[in-house]
This record gives sequence, C-alpha cells and structure tokens, in this order.
Amino acid sequence: MSQTLENRAKPDAKTQLDIYRRMIRIERNDDATRTQIRRGRITAPYYSARGQECIPSAISVLLNDDDKICTIYRGIHDMVAKDMPLRPLWAEICGRVDGTCKGKGGPMHLTHPETGVMVTTGIVGSSMPIANGFGWAALLDGTKQVTVAYFGDGASNIGAFHEALNLASVWKLPVIFVCQNNGFAEHTRYENGTSVDLISKRAIGYGMPGYTVDGNDPVDVYAHAHAAIERARAGEGPTLLECKTFRFMGHVFGDADGYMTKEEKAEAIARDPLPIYRQKLIDDGVATAEELDALTAKIEAEVNDAIEFAMACEYPSDDELRRDVFAEEIPA
Amino acid sequence: MSTETLEAPAVETVKMNGLQAINAALMEAMEADPKVLVLGEDIADNEGGGVVGVTRGLSTKFGTMRVRSTPISEQAIIGAAIGAAMGGYKPVAEIMLMNFTTVAMDMIVNHAAKLRFMSGGQSQVPMVIRTLTGAGNQTAGQHADFYEAWFCHTAGIKVVIPWTPADFKGLYLSAIQDPDPVIIVESGKTLFVPMDVPVNQGPIPLGKANVVAPGSDITIVSYGQMMFTVMQAYEELTKAGVSVEVIDLRTISPWDKETVLASAEKTGRLLVVHEAGRNFGPGAEIAATVQETLFGKLKAPVGRLGAPYCSVPFAKKLEDAFLVQPPEIVAEAQRLIAMS
Repeated sequence: MSQTLENRAKPDAKTQLDIYRRMIRIERNDDATRTQIRRGRITAPYYSARGQECIPSAISVLLNDDDKICTIYRGIHDMVAKDMPLRPLWAEICGRVDGTCKGKGGPMHLTHPETGVMVTTGIVGSSMPIANGFGWAALLDGTKQVTVAYFGDGASNIGAFHEALNLASVWKLPVIFVCQNNGFAEHTRYENGTSVDLISKRAIGYGMPGYTVDGNDPVDVYAHAHAAIERARAGEGPTLLECKTFRFMGHVFGDADGYMTKEEKAEAIARDPLPIYRQKLIDDGVATAEELDALTAKIEAEVNDAIEFAMACEYPSDDELRRDVFAEEIPA
Repeated sequence: MSTETLEAPAVETVKMNGLQAINAALMEAMEADPKVLVLGEDIADNEGGGVVGVTRGLSTKFGTMRVRSTPISEQAIIGAAIGAAMGGYKPVAEIMLMNFTTVAMDMIVNHAAKLRFMSGGQSQVPMVIRTLTGAGNQTAGQHADFYEAWFCHTAGIKVVIPWTPADFKGLYLSAIQDPDPVIIVESGKTLFVPMDVPVNQGPIPLGKANVVAPGSDITIVSYGQMMFTVMQAYEELTKAGVSVEVIDLRTISPWDKETVLASAEKTGRLLVVHEAGRNFGPGAEIAATVQETLFGKLKAPVGRLGAPYCSVPFAKKLEDAFLVQPPEIVAEAQRLIAMS
C-alpha cells in the first residue's frame, strides 16, 4: 500500500503565490509554444505538459538553485518551474546558437546547469540512473544538495527505474524520484502496461518511502515533496513520489488522442489545476484577482520577449558539428 | 657532443603483469586526485577486490565511499558514473565483461557519449569504463566478445585497448584525467603476462600508436591480446627474411592515422589483425582510410584478418579456429608481399 504522511508541511502565503507564479509561467510558455508550432514558426516535436503544471511548481519552491534536476522529453515545465531563463530556453527550442545548448540539443535535450537542469533525456527511464550519480557526488562533497529525477508512469516499467531505485536505496542517496503519472505511456493506458495500481507501491520493493499524491493539488505535492527533500538532506536516502495528473494535449502535440475517451479528457480538463488553484488563492485571501492578472501579464511579456529574442538569433554555424564531440575540437 | 648524451638513459624497470599495472595506475591516480572514484561489481576488498583482483587494496586504502561495490546493475553503474562525472568527479566504472556493456548500452551511447555535444559543451563526462574480454579461455559466446567497433562508431567516446602492462599504466593515467568518456578494454592474456614497466611510468597520450618494431616490407597493425599472436608471426616472418613493421594501435578511436599512414606509405603493404569480427570490424575502417589516402602508392590491397562471422565457441578446437593464429598472419603477409 502507498504510505501516508504525517506532520504535513504547509506552504505559507508567499510560497503559495510562488507556486502559482511558476504554474502560470509553465502554462503561458506551453501555450506560446503550441501557438508558434501551429503558426509554423517552429518545427520541433513537442510534448506538452499542459495539465501537469502543479507538480514541478510545488516541488521547485523547495529547491535551491544548486539543487539539481534530471528530466525527460516532456520536461520543459520542470525547467520553467526551476526558473530557467526563458530567452536561452526559447533560443534552444528554435535551434539557435544562443540556446542553452547552442541549438544542438533542442526541446528534448535542454541543459542549463546554472538553474540545476543537468540532463534532459529523450530515452524513457534514463533520468534516474544519472540522478543517482549527482546524489553520490553530493554525498562525497558533503553538501545538502538534492537531485530530483522526473519521469513518467511508463518509465517505471523500464529496467533503469528498478536498477536506479535499488542502488539509491542501498547507497542512501539524496535523490527524489518523482513520477508524473498522467495515465498514459505514450498511447498505452496505464493499466495495460503497469502491473500495480499505484506506482508508489514499487517503493516497498526498494526499501524507501513511496507516496501517491494528487498531482493537481499544490498543497498535497508540497507536503510530500517537503518530507522527501528533508529526508534526503538529512542523509536518510531516497523517496518515490507518484503524482497523479493528466496531460491535456496527448502524447506528442498534434496526436489524435484516439486512445482516450472524450469523456475522460473533458473530465480531466474540468479539473484543470490552474483555475482551481487561482480561485483558492483568491478565496484564501493570498492574492486578489487583479494581482494575479498582473502577474500573468508580466509573465506573458517575459514569454513574448523570449520568443522575439529567439527568432532574432542566428542559427549555429556548420563548424558546430565538429565542436563538443570531445573537449578538443575534432579536425575538419 | 659526446656519444653518451645521445643514448637513452637507462630506465629502471620492474616486471609486472597487466592487472598489477592497472592497480598501480588506479592507486596512483586516486592518491594524486581525490576526485577519482572507482565503482563496479565486487570491486571493494570485502567483495574480493574485483573478479580478477584489479582493484584489490583500493577500498582498504581509500574507503568504500570512493571505491564502491555495486549491485549487478550495469545501467545503474554507468548512470551513477555519468552523474558523478558531471558533478565534478572522475569515476572509473567497471563493467565486469565487455558482453555486459550491452546491458548498459543506453547509458553509454545515448548519454555518456552524447551529453557534451547535446548540451553544446556545457556537460563534461570525464569517466572511464573498464571492461574485460577476450577469447582463449573457453568462456564461449557471452563472455568473450570484442565490441569495440560499436563504440568506435558512436561519436563522443574514446576506445583504448592496451597490450603491454606499461601501456596499461600510462594509458590509464591519461584516460582518468581525460575530459571525455573513455572505454578501456582489458583483453585476456594482457592482464596476466608479466613484462617490463618503467618504475616511473607516466601518462601515455591517448590516440597515439606505438611502433613496436621497424620494418620495410609490410606493416602489421593490431592491438590488445592479438598483439601476442602478431609478435609470434613477426618472429617467423623475420626468420623467413621478411622485414615487418609492427604497430600496436593502443587507441582504437580516435586512431593514429598519421603513424599508420606513414608506415603503410613506407612499406607499401598493410595488414590489419584484430580479434573482433572481420565483418564491419575496425580493420574495415583502417583499410578504407589507407586505401583512400594511399591509392597508387600501395603495392598490394590492404589485408584484414579478424574473427569469422560467428559467436565465440566453447570447444577448445573451435575456439582455436575462431582466433586468428600466427600461421594465418604469416600466410596473409606473404600473400600480400607476393602480389608485387
């Protein structure tokens, strides 16, 4: 059975607003990306995380700049939540030389160490073994740094998941394994590909705490992430956090959604975490509608600035093919 | 100028085998640099110090935080090495046998080899993968293959296959300090045959071949434990009056084109010998490069000897037939010489 958490930490008003800021930043950025793809200004495979905004937002407020994340192809929301600057992010999505990776990684392989975005991988399940290495380095360095490995529900069926959780537990690594369970592994329904009803149950087999939380509830995600991060910083080892959510835009942007019913999609969208959280903040007196609107406007301006910056950037020169294969440039 | 100054100073040497040389290199590197780490299955002293004892004594000296035995989890081993390398350390990860690198192929080729490029140079993955292989010990199909061609074909990872204990020491010292991922293959006999190693053997640069013997009729290029076989053939050819230039490639990727091309141009004939399969093997790349560059200057087509298109067999008789033997090298060299 999935474990239950006692002594739940609660985000204060400032933190609640910060979670909301990150969620809106993700949503506005995602919306803009889809718009630019539709308009033909960007050609790229895009894996929208619309609907999953709450998870990395409620976790990132607990992370420092030097805490690390290893994420996946559907992970731009994780980077935006970690406050990666949008200009280099957009330049990378557009394949420009001013991108985080000089246009050589693209939307599935962003890296930005300054904000702790260490690895973004297009291979399902592979964020976790590498996160362990950062955890080992943190133990050797004697810092309290933690590493968050983000992955989807499909990744929990990959061998790397099992190897990584076992090793992290044996070595007591400061790693938090965060499964963003959106109910589908590519086009395959959760129950057709996964042997347990809750992924958090798999933690039992690896001797670590495992929690299933409402991935659309910032307070629930925050409380469990808080416990996991505290545990990691205290040297007590890893935690598996399963955050249940839904992806509104299918697997890859533009896919036909034929594998889900209209009803379940409509029902999920009706539980869109953004308007619900916004209303809660207003009801609780954390912020006024006007203040939240002003925040959205500010973020929209930031996104628009990033898009125009990226579009004005140069493409990388062909010389880049010979660079960064090794530290030393390879001869022409 | 007196003649004394022209002579190389007498180098003090000590006899040791490959595994002692690697152990010495690891010991020295870990002593000199606290960032050097070692991980792998059974490698700490509690677990026996490695399956053939290469890492013996390291955990006792440096502790089990720096010398970590792992579960049998090849993806987890390489993943942890990648993360630690990106986190500022220099991990040396052991994958017990080269056949088991297949279990960690995603981590090696999609991540270790590519992270520098895909990150536009932000990520450094300064790690070494140690692995052991080689036919000749009747371990059959899943414990003895040479897969260097796979790794050579993947941009971003260096591939080193030493022969002598001195080279093991020197190449390890370089690989550990190299800013990029390096896979070092320890092949069968190379670990167990004692040879002279300079007492103060320092780093040997990666990517540089070693001209083991000078000659003028034909160049033979090889590496790893196949060098023992090549040297037997060399002696027979020498007795038969053939002047053979022998090159130990040492680093398979990036390989030392300059040295090989200069030698092939000089002798006009080249034979590449390796234990890996002949089909699509490293010899194909070397042969193609030499022929593209030296067409018209060669006296014969470039020859290639490698394993037949089958798995490593168990029966001793079949295993002997699988491995390139000295008489085949002698015959092929003589055939190439007879062509002109």
